[in-house]
Amino acid sequence: MTLIATESLTKVYGGGVTALSELTVAVEPGIVGLVGANGAGKSTLIKLLLGLLTPTRGRVRVLGLDPTTDPAAVRARVGYMPEHDCLPPDLSAAELVTHLGRTSGLPRTVARERASEALRHVGLHEERHRAVGGYSTGMKQRVKLAQALVHDPDLLLLDEPTNGLDPAGRDAMLALVHRIGTEFGISVLVCSHLLGEVERICDTLVAIDGGRLLRADHIAAMTSATDVLAVEVSEGTEALADRLGALDLPVRREGRLLLVPLADEQTYDLILGAVAELDLPLHRLDQRRHRVAELFARRESSHA
Amino acid sequence: MPEPTGVIHDIGYQRYTGPRLGRRPVFGALYLHGVRTAFGLGRSAKAKIFPWLVVGIVLMVAVAATAMRAQFGQVVMTYAQFADAMSWLVIFFVAVVAPELVSRDLRSGVLPLYFSRPLPRSDYPVAKLLALVTALWLLLGAPQLLMFLGAAFTLDGLGAVWDELLDLLPGLLYAGMWAVIFASVGLLIASLTGKRAFAAGGIVAVFLMTTPIVGTLSILPSQTANQLAGVASPPTLVQGVGIWTMRDLLITDPDGVAPDLGPYGPVYGLVAVALVAACVALLLARYRKVAAR
Repeated sequence: MTLIATESLTKVYGGGVTALSELTVAVEPGIVGLVGANGAGKSTLIKLLLGLLTPTRGRVRVLGLDPTTDPAAVRARVGYMPEHDCLPPDLSAAELVTHLGRTSGLPRTVARERASEALRHVGLHEERHRAVGGYSTGMKQRVKLAQALVHDPDLLLLDEPTNGLDPAGRDAMLALVHRIGTEFGISVLVCSHLLGEVERICDTLVAIDGGRLLRADHIAAMTSATDVLAVEVSEGTEALADRLGALDLPVRREGRLLLVPLADEQTYDLILGAVAELDLPLHRLDQRRHRVAELFARRESSHA
Repeated sequence: MPEPTGVIHDIGYQRYTGPRLGRRPVFGALYLHGVRTAFGLGRSAKAKIFPWLVVGIVLMVAVAATAMRAQFGQVVMTYAQFADAMSWLVIFFVAVVAPELVSRDLRSGVLPLYFSRPLPRSDYPVAKLLALVTALWLLLGAPQLLMFLGAAFTLDGLGAVWDELLDLLPGLLYAGMWAVIFASVGLLIASLTGKRAFAAGGIVAVFLMTTPIVGTLSILPSQTANQLAGVASPPTLVQGVGIWTMRDLLITDPDGVAPDLGPYGPVYGLVAVALVAACVALLLARYRKVAAR
């Protein structure tokens, strides 16, 4: 089943601002990264998926349902974690998540049980009975995630879940999202303006810019063919470059590094052979996973 | 205490396959949560102070009235008059509780969490409105019930108790009218701002500022203007409807000064209905806008 499918989805706001333009994309269940700069249309897309906005043109389907005509059915199966602060400071996390669970249609006792379960899964234990106002940013983000999880959705929409977190907090949040996507059996759409973050945890990546689709593909398809070997020698970089060029390897210079596309295992041997032949002091030779960012950067510059 | 570090004891995630309730139970949960919020239940001790102070005062007045009636055998105030006498407390109660119900949610940004859930977006404001109506009605109705019970124990014979009950019911109805009008006006004002102090000030201002208008209209040299003066302010509007529908219960002193409605009683009734309808319509429009953000 397709998780999310859009067809020429367009949203033009009242003021004539086009937030999304002719977006056609289909993604499979799993962890989906939605990346784009601020203002690229990520939040608009999420609101369209939730049926909070109606599309100007085009069609959208979530879990096989149409959020424009049947928003309640979609929202019953989707959990949403907004980007901004959304927690009333005077309620305790347990009360808030329980109340929101009941609002999602859980019976009273179930809501209470699932609220403490959800809070436990995000790593909040005894502190869940304290007022949210006294929580750190990291704890608040966890509560926001727990409230999206409380009614056991089939899809989580997370809008910038790592917002405002320190590096350790970011790692913990990403690990948690990854765990939800892999172990809990819940599909996740993670929105972020930081490509480096989401590419670590997602299976599929959707990149949008200025309301248009840049690229949507499995992360493996984006990175596998583009791994490179980085070679650094203390001296004789030029000579090595010439030598490798003579071996029909397409060498690129990047500062003091030589970058060689990794075709197969032989590439290693060829490089090592060349270094040994020239008797150069090898500083390092490592495989560098091509960052997805570079793919987009290249695409974008070719657009311009 | 150190920050939780994301260590998760792996008991495993359980999928939920049980029943999911429909719109009505969800609406009921929201409504009940609203009523509890109005009285500060499930909130901090600080949030309980004001509502229970007001509850304490109205109950004390009711106890005093009951005691005086038992002692001297004289009815100090009818049930309907009780609601009138408490009008200022009701205004303050609305000014504090209405912002607590809606402004707080606007400010904390919690609304996207409601609107991303299955309930239709009109359910949220309607549940809040009904919750405030209920809270106000309980505030005015519970003391009346207390007065009734006090009276019932001192009266002789079932017939007298029955007569007393026939006095109580219009009183409760009148209290309901206060509740509906004050709740719809108060909640609409509170829904316009996320700042509770502004909302409270706005509510008091609307109820206070309109009083001089009534005063001015009632001394104009036109009899029509005098008789319609009460329409200009919510408290006098409610009183007007009360006088039109249950005059004997509100005006017990034949020599006392009472607002003269002339033939315009039905106008008061119509204006009251129109006012509530307009407030509810504006409230729904307001939340349509909020939800789309």
